[in-house]
Amino acid sequence: MDAISFGWLVLSFPVAGMLTVSLLWNRLPGRLGGWIASGAILGSFLSSIGMFVDLQDRPEHARSLVDSAWTYAATVDFKVDMSILVDPLAVFMCLVVSGVSFLIHVYSVAYMASDRGYSRYFAYLNYFVFSMLLLVLAGNFVVLIIGWAFVGAASYLLISFWYRRATATYAGIKAFVINVVGDVGLVIAAFLLLDKTGSLDYRGIFQATDNVFRVDDGTLVAACLLILLGAFAKSAQLPLHTWLPDAMEGPTPVSALIHAATMVTAGVYLIARMHPLFEMAPTAADVSAIIGTATLLFAATVAVAVTDLKRIIAYSTISQIGYMVLGVSVAAYGPGLFHLMTHAFFKALLFMGAGSVIGAMSAAQSIDRMGGFRKAMPFTFVTFTVGALALAGFPLTAGFFSKDEILGFAIARGSGYVVLAVVGYLAAFVTAFYAFRMVFRVFFRNAVPEARELEKGHLAHHEPENPASGEKEDTDVGFPGPEHHIAERSWPMKAAMGPLALLAALAGLVQVPGIDEAVDKFLEPTFADSRYADVHPSTGTEWTELGIGGLLGIAGIGLAYLIYLRRRSLRLQIRERFDALHTFLFNKWYFDELYELLFTRPVAALGRFGRNVVETDFVQGTIVGGATGVVRVGSSFARAIQTGYLRGYALMLLVGVGALALYFLISSS
Amino acid sequence: MDVAWFLVLSAFIFCIGIAGVLTRRNPLVVLLCLELMLNAGNLALIAFARMHGGAAGQVFALIVMVIAACEVVVGLGIIVALYRHRLPIDVDELSELRG
Repeated sequence: MDAISFGWLVLSFPVAGMLTVSLLWNRLPGRLGGWIASGAILGSFLSSIGMFVDLQDRPEHARSLVDSAWTYAATVDFKVDMSILVDPLAVFMCLVVSGVSFLIHVYSVAYMASDRGYSRYFAYLNYFVFSMLLLVLAGNFVVLIIGWAFVGAASYLLISFWYRRATATYAGIKAFVINVVGDVGLVIAAFLLLDKTGSLDYRGIFQATDNVFRVDDGTLVAACLLILLGAFAKSAQLPLHTWLPDAMEGPTPVSALIHAATMVTAGVYLIARMHPLFEMAPTAADVSAIIGTATLLFAATVAVAVTDLKRIIAYSTISQIGYMVLGVSVAAYGPGLFHLMTHAFFKALLFMGAGSVIGAMSAAQSIDRMGGFRKAMPFTFVTFTVGALALAGFPLTAGFFSKDEILGFAIARGSGYVVLAVVGYLAAFVTAFYAFRMVFRVFFRNAVPEARELEKGHLAHHEPENPASGEKEDTDVGFPGPEHHIAERSWPMKAAMGPLALLAALAGLVQVPGIDEAVDKFLEPTFADSRYADVHPSTGTEWTELGIGGLLGIAGIGLAYLIYLRRRSLRLQIRERFDALHTFLFNKWYFDELYELLFTRPVAALGRFGRNVVETDFVQGTIVGGATGVVRVGSSFARAIQTGYLRGYALMLLVGVGALALYFLISSS
Repeated sequence: MDVAWFLVLSAFIFCIGIAGVLTRRNPLVVLLCLELMLNAGNLALIAFARMHGGAAGQVFALIVMVIAACEVVVGLGIIVALYRHRLPIDVDELSELRG
């Protein structure tokens, strides 16, 4: 079987899984629905490996294959197919997406076991994986936009999965609206490129780019900025990032899959895929790099202050994607995508660990209420700490090798990019700090009642309530199920977290500078046409930069140790002295309030104006009322004649006949 | 005899009938005057038949008499129904069919 056939298989398995689970939902016993869905994704993953093996068998210049399912539109000079493109970048993304998705499906089999919406969850999850794979395998803008929109819809469905929770539905709407803003940008960019190059598929556009556009051509920069709008909306970069922390309303495996490992990396994939365009429009690439850097610092500072465990990890995701965006914007494609892979591993692992802890806390999510879970949950503690070490870039973990390589490339590009790299290093220090803020506050210090109960072997159970607002709930469909699951008691959760912990620890070894650069070599055919292919820091420089990153990571961990374990009073003193700053960070730099002021309130006021003035006064009053008024006045004349008075009618009859007779008499004479 | 005399008489009786229909309040009297009008029309028809020598006018007059009879039946039926429902037997009072 060749790579293209494997490509179609990769797309077919999740569709089959989704159809099976959704059509047979009330006939599948127990947790079978979840296992079927997981099996479908395993099929996708194995097919991705098939694609990978077949591609490696081919010569380097022939590793880009296109095939189409059917022709969507064909005219004289323009043709659009439903086509997929199988090349190293697409295969890389497929492997990461399907691999991590499979592990998350296995985790969810246990995590969502007591939820009344179990089959619906797995149908949605398979639909999401299908959409994401469609997005990365797309061969032209049409299929890309289809996958893009489907992924947004899947995100909405899964964020509002517990649909009877008002906060969840608001969060789903917010995510969808912000994503649509990005979709508009992407579609307009496609139109602009179609207009100038006459083609919508990648090969046609990229081949025409050199001929049609000058460097920094106005239309090209506009198209690239619009593509960035789409990428930033999907990847939650400034200023379109506000939906991601609220998206934590969805179940934790959803947060792990969609909002850490896969969907939010679609923007990074997009920029990497469109690299010929971005390299021809350096202005847009610079804008992207600057925004990526600004985002990564912003999100790291907020993660230091917020107290909801999932939201800390969400802001961490925003920050790490800032690294990836910076990477692919300065043409460090290999490092940027390698960080995408390692981030998928350790971020999914962190979310899974958080899910386990939240289960032990009976759905409470605030770290103010957590502490001392080390003895009660040893497996979760070890895996969570491995993930946190990778996030912090502790030497020799996966994060160590991936994160700082990006900054190394930025420095090698020289001039202004060095500033971005310095900011990146600063944020790396803050990242290590907040990563271990989580670890120390959740697993160390004094054990909270839930931890002490768990040590005795009894899982805590509280009344079901909304963790954000405290409202009382029940456990019927539309709300979370009655039982909470922790990793120590569910083998599927352990089976998912274990491999991820190993990957988070060891995956860095595939891209050690100077020894093996497997990711770079694999992706080389796709990025061979990059004009920055030779900009490469030397091995010695790279090791220095990695070393600086590792030291900053250890320093961050040390500072967290000092503040959270050694001198606890220091924390309160710092908070008192920097109270204004803390409030500013805790309120996420007031972005939500700003958008409320700029967008939500004017649009709501416009809606009220529409209802009161346009609808009620104008349409109902003037147009409808006016029409009926005119008819009423006209008919009142007719009504005046109908008196019901018999003799009056007789008189009118006679006068009418007489007038008629008179008329005919006169006109005939 | 000149046909004009018959026509004048017919017109005269017709006008008396109209005067009665427009002026009287008792529905029975209105029906009587209506009959007067119909018979005036009959007279005119017979006069013209005599003038032309054909029977068409006379046949038509017979038909008009049949129709007058049917109409009187319906009208009297309405008046009896009014009496039975204790409504005022007065044309001016019965004005509910108004707009």
